[in-house]
Amino acid sequence: MLKLEPRAAPSAAMSFASPLIALGITIAVAAFLFTVLGKDPVRGLQIFLFEPWNGTRAITELMLKATPLILISIGLAACFRSNVWNIGAEGQFLAGAITAGGVAMWLTMHKIKLNPWVFMPLAMLAGAVGGAAWASITAYLRDRYHANEILVSLMLVYVANLFLSYLVFGPWKDPAGFNFPQTVSFDVSIPRLITGFRLHWGFVVALLAAGLMWVFLFRTYRGYQLQVGGLAAQAARYAGFSSRGALWTVLLTSGALAGVAGGLDATGPTGQLTPHLSVGYGFTAIIVAFVGRLHPLGCVLAAVLLSMFLIGGELAQSRIGLPSALSGVFQGVLLFALLACDTLVHSRLRWAGRRKVAA
Amino acid sequence: MMEQLALLVAATLAAGTPIAIAGLGLTINEKAGVVNLGAEGMMLIAAVAGFAVAFKTGNPWIGFAAGMLGGALAATVFGLLAIWLNTNQYATGLAISLFGGGLSAFVGVEFVGKQLPQGQRFAVPLLSDIPFAGVALFKQHPMVYIAMALTGALIWFFYRTRMGLVVRAVGESPESAHALGYPVRLIRLGCVVAGGALCGLAGSFLSVVYTPLWVEGMVAGRGWIALALTVFATWRPARVLLGAYLFGGVTMLQLFLQGMGVQVPAQFMSMLPYVATIVVLVLISRNPAWIRLNLPASLGKPFYP
Repeated sequence: MLKLEPRAAPSAAMSFASPLIALGITIAVAAFLFTVLGKDPVRGLQIFLFEPWNGTRAITELMLKATPLILISIGLAACFRSNVWNIGAEGQFLAGAITAGGVAMWLTMHKIKLNPWVFMPLAMLAGAVGGAAWASITAYLRDRYHANEILVSLMLVYVANLFLSYLVFGPWKDPAGFNFPQTVSFDVSIPRLITGFRLHWGFVVALLAAGLMWVFLFRTYRGYQLQVGGLAAQAARYAGFSSRGALWTVLLTSGALAGVAGGLDATGPTGQLTPHLSVGYGFTAIIVAFVGRLHPLGCVLAAVLLSMFLIGGELAQSRIGLPSALSGVFQGVLLFALLACDTLVHSRLRWAGRRKVAA
Repeated sequence: MMEQLALLVAATLAAGTPIAIAGLGLTINEKAGVVNLGAEGMMLIAAVAGFAVAFKTGNPWIGFAAGMLGGALAATVFGLLAIWLNTNQYATGLAISLFGGGLSAFVGVEFVGKQLPQGQRFAVPLLSDIPFAGVALFKQHPMVYIAMALTGALIWFFYRTRMGLVVRAVGESPESAHALGYPVRLIRLGCVVAGGALCGLAGSFLSVVYTPLWVEGMVAGRGWIALALTVFATWRPARVLLGAYLFGGVTMLQLFLQGMGVQVPAQFMSMLPYVATIVVLVLISRNPAWIRLNLPASLGKPFYP
């Protein structure tokens, strides 16, 4: 029968192939699901795989959605590599959106017109501060009181969501907005990458950030320390690498990155704060980080892939009348398939006859 | 005033029940050494499955059964991946939660805005006529009493039966249990499936009885709170039940305070259960030795036979 046996060393080839096999499985499941739902599977797959690439507008929208995913997932990659389970990036994203949105709102209210090039660094700074501050709660409670970071960071997502809802239903509501729960439309914005399209310079920032994260993780001593801590906590302690330092570093970094993503998203394409600001970027980014092999450059590719899923979900709703939540189903299937395929990185399948009993 | 207080107690028990059932379920698989972060997803799948079936059949109990089945199926997927393929338990659990969120939203679209009849209450004969206590304790949905009975059953199972001892042994030292000839992986899978079924029961209770309607993401973090609860309770069933009622009380407090005319924005009131979870988690984790003494020793670690 088929037997799973450990490999002597992790297979590098499987590590690359695993996300591709997982994607293949997801596509097969998707085709099956479309058929079951009585839709043409070819048409369905076309919507998810080709339409997001069809034309300049589609591609710019694809990159627009990939931007927050890249920023958040490279931070999460650093976290997961250090064995710090920050799964509350959604909350940090919202915190950054609130702080950057607050700055934009203040400027708008005081009729201060800023050049987009001046405003962009300001929005990023405000977002980074907001996101890092939100993540610092998790870091502090874990560091000082050993509180589990998974649960704390996740609870803070709900709190951030409710706080945003409080702001847009209460003190920050647009007085001239016919009582809709939203702030004023911001007068300031992020510079566009191509005139006429919503894609902004944040995309370039995200690519640069991925490059910097690669340098940090693989070319600096600090990055090395983090990874040793994640792989072998005792070895790191023996070497004198501070686990507390690692905890704070990765949580503040990933919080700041998620905050920048939130800030750019709120002040760029959205242009105001609303209760439904995020489409779950913080959670999708977890999948991006795993599919991208916790590698910054892999994250960029995976972010584009998951962005296709998000856009495909929206298109599925308008084109073939399937709920956009379909995207969430496919995201889950992709992660399952990936986890299962990853088994083959550390072990291999072999035909084994009856096991001989040692004499 | 007494009347109000009695109603508050009654509402607290009802609000705590789903968290208690899910927490008890998660205690089972954690006692066997498996941590399943998919609680939220399993509850969501069960909530939509339970609602759909109860809506179509008109019978809430068939709805509960569907919810348990949904939770158990999701847990089986988790178990096969995490126990046989030894995938990372955290990542796999997260995958269940993300998948459950997507799947339930997808399936639930056609049930948005539909409503089930208000669940029947079961008045315990004689006892429900007692002033105050009758209203507070003895006029509840049967599920409230089932949660209490389940707690007792689990205490008996874990500390008074041989099978319970074996489950605890698997959680403390899978190597020893394996050496003694116990099928560690099967026992773990059984516990994971049982945990999933109970999370499913809790999820379907929410959508079929507690609200009773389907709203996307309606579990609203209760799965995560139940996970935190197992830690607070240091994996003791009785403490899980009490902790769940504490959270039920916090949830109900917001409505009570609003009724009293306290002027705090509704959103801050709604934050209470989440903030309370963090606060209790911090209080209980302050002393790491306390957790370590009670933690099933192999929790979250893969086992290779």
